[in-house]
Amino acid sequence: MQEAMINKAKQLLADGTVNRVIGWKKGEFVYDITPAIFETAEELDADFVYNEFTAANVSKYLVKESKKEGKILAFLKPCDTYSLNQLTKEHRVNRDNIYVVGIPGGPKLDAEKIKAKGITGITGIKNENYTLKIETVYGEQTMPFYEAISDKCASCKSKKHVTYDELIGEDGDVLESNRFDMVEKLENMTAQERYDFWRAELSKCIRCNACRNVCPACTCEKCVFDNPESGVENKAASNSFEENMFHIIRAFHVAGRCTDCGECSRVCPQNIPLHLLNRKFIKDINSLYGEYQAGEDTTTKAPLNAYTTDDCEASIVHERGVE
Amino acid sequence: MQRIGVFVCHCGTNIAATVDVKAVAEALGHEPGVVISREYQYMCSESGQNLVKDAIKEHNLSGVVICSCSPRMHENTFRKAAAAAGLNPYLVEIANIREQCSWIHKDIATATEKAVILGRAAIAKVHLNAPLTAGESPVVKRALVIGGGIAGIQTALDIAEAGFEVDIVEKEPTIGGKMAQIDKTFPTLDCAACILTPKMVECSQNEKIHIHSFSEVTDVKGFVGNFSVTIKKKARYVDETKCTGCGLCTEKCPMKNVPNEFNMGLDNRRAVYIPFAQAVPKVATIDPNYCMMLKTGKCGVCSKVCSVGAIDYKQQDKFIEEKYGAIVVATGFNPIKLDKYEEFAYSQSPDVVTSLELERLMNAAGPNGGTLLRPSDKTHPHTIVFVQCVGSRCDDSKGKPYCSKICCMYTAKHAMLIREKYPDTEVYVFYIDVRTPGKNFDEFYRRAVEQYNVHYVKGMVGKVTPKSDGKLDVQASDLLANEQLHIDADMVVLAAAIEPDKTARPLATMLTTQMDTNDFFTEAHPKLRPVESATAGIFLSGACQGPKDIPETVAQASAAAAKAIGLLCKNSITCNPCVAHSNELMCNGCSSCEKVCPYGAITYQDKEFRMPDRTTAIRRVASVNPAVCQGCGACTVACPSGAMDLNGFSNSQIMAEVDAICK
Repeated sequence: MQEAMINKAKQLLADGTVNRVIGWKKGEFVYDITPAIFETAEELDADFVYNEFTAANVSKYLVKESKKEGKILAFLKPCDTYSLNQLTKEHRVNRDNIYVVGIPGGPKLDAEKIKAKGITGITGIKNENYTLKIETVYGEQTMPFYEAISDKCASCKSKKHVTYDELIGEDGDVLESNRFDMVEKLENMTAQERYDFWRAELSKCIRCNACRNVCPACTCEKCVFDNPESGVENKAASNSFEENMFHIIRAFHVAGRCTDCGECSRVCPQNIPLHLLNRKFIKDINSLYGEYQAGEDTTTKAPLNAYTTDDCEASIVHERGVE
Repeated sequence: MQRIGVFVCHCGTNIAATVDVKAVAEALGHEPGVVISREYQYMCSESGQNLVKDAIKEHNLSGVVICSCSPRMHENTFRKAAAAAGLNPYLVEIANIREQCSWIHKDIATATEKAVILGRAAIAKVHLNAPLTAGESPVVKRALVIGGGIAGIQTALDIAEAGFEVDIVEKEPTIGGKMAQIDKTFPTLDCAACILTPKMVECSQNEKIHIHSFSEVTDVKGFVGNFSVTIKKKARYVDETKCTGCGLCTEKCPMKNVPNEFNMGLDNRRAVYIPFAQAVPKVATIDPNYCMMLKTGKCGVCSKVCSVGAIDYKQQDKFIEEKYGAIVVATGFNPIKLDKYEEFAYSQSPDVVTSLELERLMNAAGPNGGTLLRPSDKTHPHTIVFVQCVGSRCDDSKGKPYCSKICCMYTAKHAMLIREKYPDTEVYVFYIDVRTPGKNFDEFYRRAVEQYNVHYVKGMVGKVTPKSDGKLDVQASDLLANEQLHIDADMVVLAAAIEPDKTARPLATMLTTQMDTNDFFTEAHPKLRPVESATAGIFLSGACQGPKDIPETVAQASAAAAKAIGLLCKNSITCNPCVAHSNELMCNGCSSCEKVCPYGAITYQDKEFRMPDRTTAIRRVASVNPAVCQGCGACTVACPSGAMDLNGFSNSQIMAEVDAICK
């Protein structure tokens, strides 16, 4: 796949369709694959990486990149195309300046799951017939491929590319996914249990802002949490409870716009399941306003931005809150 | 440095009885920026206002907080007082310590504490107030009346009489509404059609009035003085401009078995029909559910017999958009469905009818040509039982909690008319109470009892059972005689409760007006503004606001017209300066605000901005048209970045209030 992608990128650079490519290169560790811009065939040959650890969604980078001179080639997995559509809908990217090559999606691997097996000092990983051969400074180790699949890919919602200019490989379908199972579990908890669950999770937060910075829905020119004029920028720092509210407020800000790409949880260094907050909103929107998938297209009015006479009444919030 | 004056009102004992106003004034006097804090018996009085004015001048105040009643009551009073003393009126804030405090608390200590907190929040807010100046916007001199019953007709006639253009939107093929179905009217017993149809004709002849029959309002945008309304003219498959109303098609149509809704389904009409002889407009309508031509493409009889070529099977729904300065809602009522009242055997026996069905049975244009016959076997009924309050004054979920108001009088009317025309008929009326307030109403009811010997029985009917001989066994209790009764009745008439028309709720949403739990429109003030909705420029006429008889409906219809005329007479209205604006440096250009704006006040433009590193960038940013914005604040909530803000209710002001309350 990596080979095919590099060849496609070289071809599009050579025929002048694009003048830049956004893809990925190796990071500090073998499993740290980082988004990168390539301008020449030589750079592509040297650094371009696409493997089971290439999970990063590059669509957010296009907010800035698509405003620059010339077209940029973006390799997008199915889940990333939803993000791009949503950004197009919100006028945050200039879609005309982007050449999208759709590539097959996961399953991607989660290095944390490998480390959880006690495998450390990783220097190389190979997938041979769904067995991972892991080279470490302490020698080679193996583990089944499926045990290392990231949570995000394990509950994949769609293998379909909702926007592309060209595809490498076949397009897939929208999947029946189990992504709301954990949300349901949380809903069935008592209020106190749920409170304890979230207090425990959110208290791990170190406010590194990685979730916000990676989120393709968080593209504000000026984030309210960074804006001294908002009057709230210092609230989160005032005590641990307010600190926890940061994630809840962020979930409100992206409600109805979050495509459930799962990047927030993927990048969280503290492994907080942040995507569950967003999925609760998605599930509620589905049940209150009818099935809606943000980013599915660029035209449908989002339920939270559309007002129709058969919208549910506000009292539903009260009724559902009763335990 | 802010120089804020605080003025705490006693409102007689309205506030002072539960709130220690002296303590409130004392406590608020210590808040930052407060230079004077006073209490007074009636702040809204001339001398109370002078207290405020003098303080503004003497202490050179930069902001004023009045702790008093709801801003809905006296905000304007105090804004004007401030303006008279040279202070910008929008530097006045009201802390509502009456409706939201003294009236709902009993304990003085807690009420006083809360009043202080509310005052503190208002002080925190006024610190951030900015002086604002109001603009003006023009008034479109045309009114829309939604609903063409007697309420809508009267309102339209009065507005047209004053010289303004009026459009009536009626969902049925003809105007006239429920009154057109009624046989006689109480308390004078004159024929409903005889007094209604002249008004209907007047509507069609008045060149200021435009009737959109068989039409519905599908969208409302804009605001007082400048509404933009989309009207769906439903396809009636007949060209209104060509049809002469000759009625030949309605006689030749081979589909004879279509239930006639004008006669409450008691007889049949054709698939192409004119609801009744005096219909306005007198234009035929094809019912697509029954027309063979529309369903199967085979027939076309009406088209062949129509001499003017008015039949158009290809007609489509048409949408038109019109501008209006004022909108009057007159959507009326319907009797409730009786499917939850099986004890009265309504669905089992055709001889159990509702009062509105009885109107049709007794009407000369009804199924029996005006002779009262039992629907089952077309014989004269000799014993008729009336049951009052069917679904009215109900304390369970089956019916309505309110009194439908008109049933006592129309039942007395029915009883009297039957005894007058058919003296050999025994008439029983079962009632909980007989409620007859109104001019000549109680006299009317007494005539039914005393002159016409109608048997009024206090008590409810428990069960109606159809018997094998075709009669109805009515089992009831007589509460005064304390005995159980069994009456062999030929007919039972149920006074079904009335409820607002089903179109009212979606319409209320479109108009952003309020409704009560029973879906009646809520008036701006139950005593002092009974015909206005709380939304400026939307007025209420007739039973859409609450159960009403004809005289009351007509009175309210004219009152609503007077209010609408008052608005249409103005060339312009003062705008609210509390409108939204966008901070372009923070705007993402995402269109969220544009999508939620109910007034279409927000547009986008590409603008060049200087960026930090001496470059420039073109960014898409929102801009608000202040003449169109109504300050609802929906955009400020939708905006993900907080770029959108509302004058007078800025995000920082609201946060300051919350912080002051939580301090």
